[in-house]
Amino acid sequence: MAMRVYPYGTKHAPEMIADLSRRAYEFRIQVLQMVYAHQTGHLGGAFSSAEILTALYFHHLRVNPADPNWHDRDRLVFSKGHACAMLYTCLAQRGFFPVEWLMTFRELNSHLQGHPERQKTPGIEVPAGPLGHGLAIGAGMALAARLAKSKRRVYAILGDGEINAGVIWEGALVAAKFQLDNLKVILDYNGVQQTGTTTKVMPTEPIADKWRAFGWHVVEIHGHNVAEILDALDHADEIHGKPVIIVARTTKGKGVSFMENDHYWHGSPPNEKQFQAALGELQEAVARWQN
Amino acid sequence: MRTAFIETLFELAQRDERITLVVGDLGFGVVTRFMQELPKQFVNAGVAEQNMTGLAAGMALSGKIVFTYSIANFPVLRCFEQIRNDICYHNADVKIVAVGGGMAYGSLGVTHHATEDLAIMRALPNMTVVAPNDPIEARLATRAVVAHAGPCYLRLGRAGEAILHKPTVAFQLGKAIRAREGSTLTLIATGGLLQNALQVADILAHKGIQARVLSMHTVKPLDCAAVLAAAQETSAILTIEEHSVVGGLGGAVAELLMESDVPAVKFKRIGLKDAFSSTTGDQEYLRSVYGLDVAGILRTIEETLAI
Ligand SMILES: Cc1ncc(C[n+]2csc(CCOP(=O)(O)OP(=O)(O)O)c2C)c(N)n1
Ligand SMILES: [Mg+2]
Repeated sequence: MAMRVYPYGTKHAPEMIADLSRRAYEFRIQVLQMVYAHQTGHLGGAFSSAEILTALYFHHLRVNPADPNWHDRDRLVFSKGHACAMLYTCLAQRGFFPVEWLMTFRELNSHLQGHPERQKTPGIEVPAGPLGHGLAIGAGMALAARLAKSKRRVYAILGDGEINAGVIWEGALVAAKFQLDNLKVILDYNGVQQTGTTTKVMPTEPIADKWRAFGWHVVEIHGHNVAEILDALDHADEIHGKPVIIVARTTKGKGVSFMENDHYWHGSPPNEKQFQAALGELQEAVARWQN
Repeated sequence: MRTAFIETLFELAQRDERITLVVGDLGFGVVTRFMQELPKQFVNAGVAEQNMTGLAAGMALSGKIVFTYSIANFPVLRCFEQIRNDICYHNADVKIVAVGGGMAYGSLGVTHHATEDLAIMRALPNMTVVAPNDPIEARLATRAVVAHAGPCYLRLGRAGEAILHKPTVAFQLGKAIRAREGSTLTLIATGGLLQNALQVADILAHKGIQARVLSMHTVKPLDCAAVLAAAQETSAILTIEEHSVVGGLGGAVAELLMESDVPAVKFKRIGLKDAFSSTTGDQEYLRSVYGLDVAGILRTIEETLAI
């Protein structure tokens, strides 16, 4: 049974925010189990986008799991494909495919590959793996939506290491050129990439100024605060004549103290002891949101 | 192979400060020692392969011997134009290293399978293309590409490959290693499939078929003499590679054979058909699905030669 959806337009009541916040931790537990069971997968970047994806799939996005290819659906381009375990979890819980598929993550002949592919998994819009592709694809989709006079919106989720790629900035230019206000980027600004912090590997500050200089409307939020995410998504719908980027300040590995901000947890699976410790912390967080 | 490569590079770089390693936000745990002990010879260019390759070209044109390093097809595809124009055209001393060639990154999916890289890189003037078959070859190939002035592509496996040669094996770029003598047919393997070729040869030997086995670690320049000798001295040649049948080792050998005046020799390219390897699974499983495991190779040989 798919989880309750708060359709787009629903007032952001405290109970709804608490409910979605709790789910984000339940989804982290699911992802932890998937990665632990198969001893492969990316936890850090999945945990940092938990609230963002939950807010989108259970409230903001106009999608229809019964008709995943409905032509006026909103498009979600998950460009940081390595973190797809969280995306799969949201898609399954939203009803795009059976929840039982989740534990086949990365198995032989699974629908849920290590990087998402639309041929394999219902609800996936574009394949991702090689970083940097998502923004230009998103701009193309947004342009097509405008030409079709459709109200569909395009959301592209990018990593902060991913924006090292030059093609991201090419996409930023073209989206501004065409004033694509139906394109919204959510930057998972967790400060860590594969081999270290962004400060060490490739500094990107001042991030908001960069995007503003490229002609974008910039919103900065706390990316684990569901209320802020929901408000920012609504605000983005009010902006006209410019593409919008929501710089979501997040924590890589969010929710498990020893994983937070440590690039070791970018792509390493936990051993049994680490698994139990992580599970305990996440269960406590779920309980906190229940009360 | 990854470990053999980085250990060798580290040794060489300690003695030659021109050697520089440029990575694209990859090599966590692998390049750590290099990065810490030789900080002046290390650059992390971020998740930006064009940037990585351009930096390498600029440094090489300023007297450095530069290694770019990433996984699968990342150091090749997005930055191909930089490789062609900034590196190859100037014969700049850049060595492009791809860890996890073929389908080593199995369940990460097609995007992470390097299955056209040999063909693409082979098409470039001035480029030397090397795909070692075991950690010993990887070690020796690393030394050889440093000694060779000019662009090289080094396609490595990932980790855990069996050692197939003695450490003292004679290794020279462009010169095949004859891993097994034989006069009935010849198996030519590259890029990690020598092990399967040798096992196939063992099975064939039990059936009284003596297969010569060549390690063609250098796909370009091809060891033409070794191929032509095989064409004259054995009755069939089969190339084996974890790569598309289009344009890689099989393509190179086919081109050579068609243009040389050797008597008709039976010939077959064993590799990936001209289609994406889109099944989900690990490398071992994918090899079995696509006929590159021992059983699959044997099947193709039996069908081709009707034995
Ligand atoms: C073109 C390309 N180069 C390299 C990689 C390898 N890689 C996978 S994830 C990653 C780091 C990504 O960091 P970030 O965008 O910050 O992701 P997050 O922190 O959200 O996990 C790298 C370098 C890749 N997938 N694609
Ligand atoms: Mg990051």
